[in-house]
Amino acid sequence: MKRLGWISSFAVLMMALVLIVVPMLDKSAVAGRPAAVEIKIDNFSFVPPTVTVKAGTQITWTNKDDIPHNVVSEDKSFKSKVLDTDEKFTMTATKPGTYTYYCSIHPKMTGKLVVEQ
Amino acid sequence: MPEQKDRNVILYDHNHDGVDRRGFLKCMAWAGAGALCVVQGGVLKSYALNDASKMQMAGKSDLSFVQISDSHMGFNKAANPDVVATMKVAIDKINAMPVAPEFILHTGDISHLSKPSEFDTVDQLLKSARAKDVFFVPGEHDVLEDNGQQYRDRYGKNTKGDGWYSFDKNGVHFVGLVNVMNLKAGGMGSLGTDQLKWMKDDVSHLSKSTPVIVFAHVPLWTVYLEWGWGTEDSAQALSYLKRFGSVTVLNGHIHQTMQKVEGNITFHTATSTAFPQPHPGAAPSPGPMKVPAEQLRSLLGVTDVNYVRKRHSLALTDSSLE
Repeated sequence: MKRLGWISSFAVLMMALVLIVVPMLDKSAVAGRPAAVEIKIDNFSFVPPTVTVKAGTQITWTNKDDIPHNVVSEDKSFKSKVLDTDEKFTMTATKPGTYTYYCSIHPKMTGKLVVEQ
Repeated sequence: MPEQKDRNVILYDHNHDGVDRRGFLKCMAWAGAGALCVVQGGVLKSYALNDASKMQMAGKSDLSFVQISDSHMGFNKAANPDVVATMKVAIDKINAMPVAPEFILHTGDISHLSKPSEFDTVDQLLKSARAKDVFFVPGEHDVLEDNGQQYRDRYGKNTKGDGWYSFDKNGVHFVGLVNVMNLKAGGMGSLGTDQLKWMKDDVSHLSKSTPVIVFAHVPLWTVYLEWGWGTEDSAQALSYLKRFGSVTVLNGHIHQTMQKVEGNITFHTATSTAFPQPHPGAAPSPGPMKVPAEQLRSLLGVTDVNYVRKRHSLALTDSSLE
């Protein structure tokens, strides 16, 4: 019983860590510091075309073209709304992995996002 | 008249006017206005809408219609801050024709951002056109966000799948295709297996002497791979049309006129009523071409395209409207 109690206390503590500390980490990413990356959409291209970030990094795409674009990952794990000129799409990269993404309106436009642990 | 094997001779000459049904195209299209398409004895010809003498031809034809494209209603950037005005000019040209065209074909990118207000404006403008009917196919700008549901609710009442359909007018079979949906990363336009299956069946019952006109937004031939100006599986679609004597493919998307003849198929792209785009590879990207306002029309200008039968080649002559 005592051992079980210890395990459950540990589980509660871990849960608390997840619930309290992780959002704090997330907030620190939002606050800027090193964990924010900008990708420009310009001349029907994602610039830079490949970006490598740590999990928790905030990524913002900005459309600088006179034509609308969007940002869609091939595995459908993220998808922006259609971005008109100067509109932005921001998301926080959470799950490590390599994501190929493209503009589903102009599918020749492709980019790669590498999220590291 | 029996069919002969030599490509340099006239294969069909029903009207005894020296016109080969499969091998003649004379096309003059004003970039801002669209083109008048006339079918005579199975041969499609297109003329600039401001060429009044040629307009008289429409009265003697079996069928005449107008193709307009890429109105991009809602676009307001430097390349053309007033796309309503240029579309009005296009409709004025149509209404100035001595004989009203049977109908208008709009080959997509009706709207710029798929907004209801943009579609409403185009519908309102088209109400002032003399043509009795308007047929549409969607461009990628018409099916943003909702997989084309709004487009189909408005324009695709009697269509199949994503909005494809066919109809017959005065002996000509028209096939409207959708190649702007479910596009894959790194790819071009796409028709998809369901649509191809439908199309194969749709044309299978036609006699080979039926003139066929296929229209879709993105070109059904690869104009420029690097900019995605083509359709991944168009070869499959075109294979169903090989047995026909006269096939014409009408597209938009690239905002400039281009023609190509391949075997029995004549390909034609229309200009936009909104803004020009660069020639393939002539700019870093296919985005709207910004020119000084006073140059816009001179740049759009007139494109006179003659298909020279004996050489089996196309001759293009550009001249300004002004």
